[in-house]
Amino acid sequence: MTRASKRKSDNHTSPSVKSARVDSVRSASSRAATKVQERVDELYTKYANKSSSIIDPDGIEALCSDLQVDHTDVRILMLAWKMKAQKQGYFTQDEWRRGLKALKVDTINKLKKTLPELEREVLKVENFEDFYQFAFGYCLTEEKQKCLDIESTCILIDLVLGLKYQPQVDSFIKFLQSQRDYKVVNMDQWTNFLRFCQEISFPDLENYDTCEAWPLILDNFVEWMKQKPNV
Amino acid sequence: MMMNQRNTIYFEQGWDFMQKGITKLKNILEGLPEPQFSSEDYMMLYETIFNMSTQKRPFDYSQQLYDKYRESIEEYITTTVLPCLMEKRDEFLLRELVKRWLNHKIMIRWLSKFFCYLDRYFIVRRSLPSLKEVGLACFRDLVYQEINGKVRDAVISLIDQEREGEQIDRALLKNVLDIFVEVGMGLMDYYESDFEAAMLKDTEAYYFQKASNWISDDSCPDFMSKAEECLERERDRVSHYLHSSSGTKLLGVFSYSLLNRSGDVFSVSGCCALLRDDKVECLSRIYRLFSLTPLWLEPVANMFKQHVTAEGAALVKQAEDAASNKKEEKRDDVELHEQIFVRKVIELYDKFMAYVNDCFLNHILFHKALKEAFEVFLNKGVAGSSTAELLATFCDNILKKGGSEKLTDEAIEETLEKVVKLLVFISDKDLFAEFYRKKLARRLLFDKSVNDWHERSMLTKLKQQYGFQFTSKMEGMVTDLTLSRENQTSFEEYLSNNSNANPGIDFTVTVLTTGFWPSYKSSDLNIKAEMVKCVEVFREFYQTKTEHRKLTWIYSLGTCNINGNFESKTIELIVTTYQAAALLLFNTSDRLSYQEIMAQLNLSDDDVVRLLHSLSCAKYKILNKEPNTKTISPTDVFEFNSKFTDKKRRIKIFLPPVNEKKKVIEDVVKDRRYAIDAAIVRIMKSRKLLGYQQLVMKCVEQLGCMFKPDVKAVKKRIEDLITRDYLERDEDKPNLLKYLA
Repeated sequence: MTRASKRKSDNHTSPSVKSARVDSVRSASSRAATKVQERVDELYTKYANKSSSIIDPDGIEALCSDLQVDHTDVRILMLAWKMKAQKQGYFTQDEWRRGLKALKVDTINKLKKTLPELEREVLKVENFEDFYQFAFGYCLTEEKQKCLDIESTCILIDLVLGLKYQPQVDSFIKFLQSQRDYKVVNMDQWTNFLRFCQEISFPDLENYDTCEAWPLILDNFVEWMKQKPNV
Repeated sequence: MMMNQRNTIYFEQGWDFMQKGITKLKNILEGLPEPQFSSEDYMMLYETIFNMSTQKRPFDYSQQLYDKYRESIEEYITTTVLPCLMEKRDEFLLRELVKRWLNHKIMIRWLSKFFCYLDRYFIVRRSLPSLKEVGLACFRDLVYQEINGKVRDAVISLIDQEREGEQIDRALLKNVLDIFVEVGMGLMDYYESDFEAAMLKDTEAYYFQKASNWISDDSCPDFMSKAEECLERERDRVSHYLHSSSGTKLLGVFSYSLLNRSGDVFSVSGCCALLRDDKVECLSRIYRLFSLTPLWLEPVANMFKQHVTAEGAALVKQAEDAASNKKEEKRDDVELHEQIFVRKVIELYDKFMAYVNDCFLNHILFHKALKEAFEVFLNKGVAGSSTAELLATFCDNILKKGGSEKLTDEAIEETLEKVVKLLVFISDKDLFAEFYRKKLARRLLFDKSVNDWHERSMLTKLKQQYGFQFTSKMEGMVTDLTLSRENQTSFEEYLSNNSNANPGIDFTVTVLTTGFWPSYKSSDLNIKAEMVKCVEVFREFYQTKTEHRKLTWIYSLGTCNINGNFESKTIELIVTTYQAAALLLFNTSDRLSYQEIMAQLNLSDDDVVRLLHSLSCAKYKILNKEPNTKTISPTDVFEFNSKFTDKKRRIKIFLPPVNEKKKVIEDVVKDRRYAIDAAIVRIMKSRKLLGYQQLVMKCVEQLGCMFKPDVKAVKKRIEDLITRDYLERDEDKPNLLKYLA
């Protein structure tokens, strides 16, 4: 992470510092903290829409180009996750602050450099499921929307799981596009697909049992897999 | 003085006296000339023992007497009894043994009387075996143990002889075997290990051999009758001389050894042949023999099931072939074949039920086999129609006037009973209910019911078998008609009281309660002014009777009597309201095109085609059609056929009903979805937390009485309920479902 924050944290957690020095250190660190906050806010203002004071899709595009990352890149999604952003395509000031504080960055360069670290964090077992579910919820743009259309689902699943479970994702996308029964996918089905990738051996699908509580869409997927000729 | 003072009896002295008595006893037993014991003799002997055991020490000889008692018996056995037995064999041995045994028992009895006093006090005080027990033990240890092997072999040999048809002395065998039992002194151990085990083994070997012989020589029926004879004889054996406890074991061994070998005889094809040829006796025999070992009944039941299934499948195929031969022919023919099919199924049921009752003595395995067989072939459907539909149509034909079946009241009742029984095997009972309801509606509304009583009786039967829910709507329908008739009377009164309200046309209205009756599309038929007035008048009347009720008019179900003023004569035409409306158009125009008719009536193409066809291309040509083809096309033009005539003064112009099949099936599928949802919610509400598989199982169970839910369909409904937030998956265990209040 950035050197500046590291220094600060060292000072904060050291128990043997005498009170006087604590005070001076504290005031020093609080001054430093304010500086960081200022920079973060500055950065926010740079991308935010002037009238609404929220970073909108245009702002995000600008951010992406500065980060040299495509706006459809999964890392933006990860960033949104870190921010616990509510609405796709928009970042509020609170979200911005939350995200950047958690990442301990305050400039674009630092943010850019921290992206690989962020990726690693997301891919950790304890975080990935949360991220995965967040991704789905994030894409439900309408209020009270509970399902995502097939096309968006295909894109999203490739984005989110493509690296980790390439073969499953590829097959599943093909299946989704070829079938007619389902026009949307809901959260339950989405969540279970991850579990599917984690638990079921692929591509033989030996341990898949239709009598278990797998969503019907996955039953259909398995059936489809078993029927098509082996590549 | 003499009485009080007893002289001490010394042992040798006393025993000497006793010995004399014992010797006398032995002589009597040996059949030597000896006078019987008199009461004095007996008293003296008893007293001697008494005195010798009650004397003061050291003259209390109880122990010695006890020992001597045993010794006497042993001595007798070893010197006299045993040698006698040892030199004999076979039947002679048996006879001698029985004789000796009886003698022994007599001896013990007498000796016990003499030594009785010991039994009362000495033995009790010292907890020793009683005199009787000692006596028996002597015989057992000295005689029985020595010869039981030879005895056993002799007995078994006699049994085998009897099996071969020879006469043997059964009483003798019974007596011998009683010995085996009695030496056990309450336990069957000796009998079982020294006799029974060997006897069973011998039986097994015997019948094994017999079976091999018979299989090569005899046909199945002969084999079976011989087997049954042997079974009877073995049973006989048990009741006459074998101990009753041997019964089950013997029969078990019998059936195992005899029938085990004959696996080939009872292969599926073998038994099938019996069924096919109606060899009832043989089958009954098979049942009686196999029922000895319940395990053996299963293959027979399976074979029975296969046979019934095959017969049923043959019927289905027959019906299908007949249907496809007829192709698109007349509806009547198709119906006829369907009728025949159902009749044949009923006959099949009767036939095989008789088998189950008579041949197989109502055994549960065979009831089950029959049920499963019928379930297999009855749920396949014939030529695109499900059996549920066929059964409903069958009932319709019986219950309607002019149906293809003309039966007596009794026959109607009987047949309907059978249908209710067959319905048990159909998994789509709700489909039957819906079809039945639709047809019932037609019968009721067009007054086509043969007999109101039969209708109600059938509903009662269905209710008894399948519950109140099954028939509640239908009963409502029948009640509606009764109420309607009453209502009509009030309506007519109302009309006579308000003469200006009278529309001038005889008008009957049947009010139906929406929930009970099948749903009908109400169309916006344009009706003539006169008819409109009728509708208005009734509406007014109805408002006076009830408030807050909306009337929706279903013209498609109405009938109309209309006078056709033809050139030669006026004929009264009985038509449906739709047809009447169409005909009335020709009062104002001579010629009308198809399009004009459709526009003026405001009906759909389907309806217009059907009704015009019935008026211009069917039996009675009330309208002339240009061009004069057999079908209606949108470019046709119609004209009133003033030249039409018929010898009758009143004719009915039939309008064939729309084929409701597709709609019925759709409705049922929709209802099922709701039923599954309701069942899932009901189950989850009471259980709160339930595993997925259990939920599916319970669901299927609950709904089973009406239909067999597809597991996939249930799964889909569960997912739907998850999306609608009725249920949720447990976070840690995805196979566990939680109810969300």
